[in-house]
Amino acid sequence: MSVILLIIVVGILITLILQSIPSIKKSGIGFLWGKTWDPVADVYGALPFIIGTLLTSFIALLICIPFSYAISIYLGEYNQKGWLSDLLKNAIELIAAVPSIIYGFWGLFVLVPLVRGLESKIGITPYGIGVFTASIVLAVMIIPYAASLGITLIRMVPSPLKEAAYALGATRFEVIRAVVLPFTRRGLFAGILLSLGRALGETMAVTMLIGNTPAIASKFKDLIFGPGNTMASIIANEFTEADHAVYLSALIEIGLVLFFLTVIINLIGKRIITSFSNN
Amino acid sequence: MEHSVVSSSNFNAWFGDNHVVKDVSIEIEKNQVIAVMGPSGCGKTTFLRCINRMHELIANTSVKGSMKLEGQEVYLMNPIYVRYKIGMVFQRPNPFPNLSIYDNVIAGYKLNGLKLEKADQDAIVEKSLTSAALWNEVKDSLHKKGTFLSGGQQQRLCIARAIAMEPSVILFDEPTSALDPISTSSVETLFHELKSNYTLIIVTHNMQQAARVSDKTAFFYVGELVEFDDTKTMFTSPKDTRTQNYITGRFS
Amino acid sequence: MESRIRLRNIQSTIFKGIIVFLAFLITLPLLVVLLYIIQQGITQVNWTFLTHVPAPVGEKGGGIANALIGSLIIVFFSALMAIPIGILTGIYLSENSRTRLAYYVGLCVDILQGVPSIVVGIAVYFWIVKPSSGFSAISGSVALAIMMLPIVIRSTEETLKLLPDTLKEAALSLGVPYHRVILKVIVPCGFAGILSGIVLSVARIAGETAPLLFTAFGNPYLSTALGKPMETLPHLIFTYATSPYDDWHNLAWGASFILLLFVLILNISTKIITRKWNIQL
Repeated sequence: MSVILLIIVVGILITLILQSIPSIKKSGIGFLWGKTWDPVADVYGALPFIIGTLLTSFIALLICIPFSYAISIYLGEYNQKGWLSDLLKNAIELIAAVPSIIYGFWGLFVLVPLVRGLESKIGITPYGIGVFTASIVLAVMIIPYAASLGITLIRMVPSPLKEAAYALGATRFEVIRAVVLPFTRRGLFAGILLSLGRALGETMAVTMLIGNTPAIASKFKDLIFGPGNTMASIIANEFTEADHAVYLSALIEIGLVLFFLTVIINLIGKRIITSFSNN
Repeated sequence: MEHSVVSSSNFNAWFGDNHVVKDVSIEIEKNQVIAVMGPSGCGKTTFLRCINRMHELIANTSVKGSMKLEGQEVYLMNPIYVRYKIGMVFQRPNPFPNLSIYDNVIAGYKLNGLKLEKADQDAIVEKSLTSAALWNEVKDSLHKKGTFLSGGQQQRLCIARAIAMEPSVILFDEPTSALDPISTSSVETLFHELKSNYTLIIVTHNMQQAARVSDKTAFFYVGELVEFDDTKTMFTSPKDTRTQNYITGRFS
Repeated sequence: MESRIRLRNIQSTIFKGIIVFLAFLITLPLLVVLLYIIQQGITQVNWTFLTHVPAPVGEKGGGIANALIGSLIIVFFSALMAIPIGILTGIYLSENSRTRLAYYVGLCVDILQGVPSIVVGIAVYFWIVKPSSGFSAISGSVALAIMMLPIVIRSTEETLKLLPDTLKEAALSLGVPYHRVILKVIVPCGFAGILSGIVLSVARIAGETAPLLFTAFGNPYLSTALGKPMETLPHLIFTYATSPYDDWHNLAWGASFILLLFVLILNISTKIITRKWNIQL
């Protein structure tokens, strides 16, 4: 019965590879750093989307790290029981439960005008949509994953270790900094990786907020605040409109790259965690 | 010998390459309480678990030799059937937490899909709980889950569950080591009453318990059956120096 | 020394303050999103809304009946496909943690958990939609079922692994055959955990859009045919939210409200299930 799992995963991989072949034949390995995506002219380069994906994911990660660390430390160390901690925990779980499409929809109508206002205030072209906006929503969406892992890890720090530090006269902050955080460092890193994996594959919210431009911006500020595109969103937008075989195949090839990227990152993250819990 | 209910001849058992039971030959007669004792790691529990073929459930184990239940080779029979015919009570009481007391007692029948008339079921439950000296304490809460019972009561529930299957032999694996003294003595009193209908083989590391409850005692040491004799003789004039040393506390 | 300690104490308190601030700050976006959706959406919901299909652009009225029914049907069939396979695989993994097969299956579960939902949609497109030359509800169900599997499997496996060994031993010692021990003792004892895993996975896929983009697609009409395209709540929200029409935006808000409600109810149910039916071990 469980063999079905194997069949599914291998099946997905094979399908992706097979369907990418026409595109691979056409564009070769340069596909990965080709800067131009022009289906009309039959030129396919995936770089804009790879950049877009990496940009949004990393910015989201950057925004998410302080918050998820704070939550992990608060719920793992300062306040492990009680109504307040339950409240926060439920709130975190709720954030994870909201479907991404709803985040995207809300983002489109609430966040975008806000960002537009912000942009015109600081003198940038007020697109509203763009990499920055998408990253904000993405950050909110991945916080629960990093946070819940962090909570488990921080609670795993053995009391005798902490008590030894207290007994030497350390303040709470120092115990956290000197004992708790180093102990959980690898695990927290794994949590980041897993959140990254999740962010890389996120489609809907990003698609609605990123602006869907296949060009790479030249100025840095446009890179962040201007519209962009990610691997997932280009597939979502153009899959059903791809009218010739190579076009479709190029999109699939992007899917293949996305597949490998997310799988590798997720597996590394999971391996770190299992090695951590086995210790 | 046909009036022995459990017998083994040159029986060996391994955990991987670790030879834990070495060439054990023993004849156990009906309606007796046999205590099996010895220091930690001497193979007594492993031997016990070989009788009802629970040992082989652990990966990488093997056995060799003859083990008979009522004259039949245990290792040639269907293991499910062997376990069906032999009852076992474990160190930690383990009633099924999702079943009521009533259902726990007849669990052996229910889980095997054996259909019984309600009247028969009731009779079995009452008889088993009475034999386990638990009936009066639980007769009004038969349909509650057993988790409110004390440790001793839970263990007696497990005994009732084993008795309900009407086995000829009941194996006990350190049945009171997780219980407090009062519960322990209630279970020990039970052994005495059960003897008339069943054969009990009890692994224990508590020498005083062995002396209190058993008719005969087997002493295991580093995998071998060193001595098997009437309990009284074993404790007053043991024949082997190793037995002598164990009893006088030279090693635990 | 005294002043040094005082300084460090202040440092510690400031740190705690920052932590608490950041931790609770995160509830802000949650509240904002929830309140906004509720505010925009609740005004949309009325009987017409729930029972009619979307009106053509420009006409008043209309509703999301096609998406509502569609979501229910597609999710139902996904669950139908994923639950048996998921539970059985979870049982297999928890009972046979050392075999080679278990290792590879576990690996696949991990991989599947990380695969972006859109990639699953691509695969199912080529497996079902292309050969049958048409979008269909059933292909959507298959895609969602694939996404449900890792969650169901992992929660089943974890729940069963937590059960103490003595439970299995007790049943085996009574002479109960192995498959009955699993079906009649182990699984019932782990019921709460398994059920909550199922409910959670349903809540997750009810809101998934990406895999449906090229499988179930969408349908402006109410359809219950499994072989034809079918509209779903998330897909409707996507299409209408990104459209330029205000009427359609309103429909999307209402649909978002319903979807949110559905997901929230499922999540709360999980908590109730775990609390009420958790067997005290």
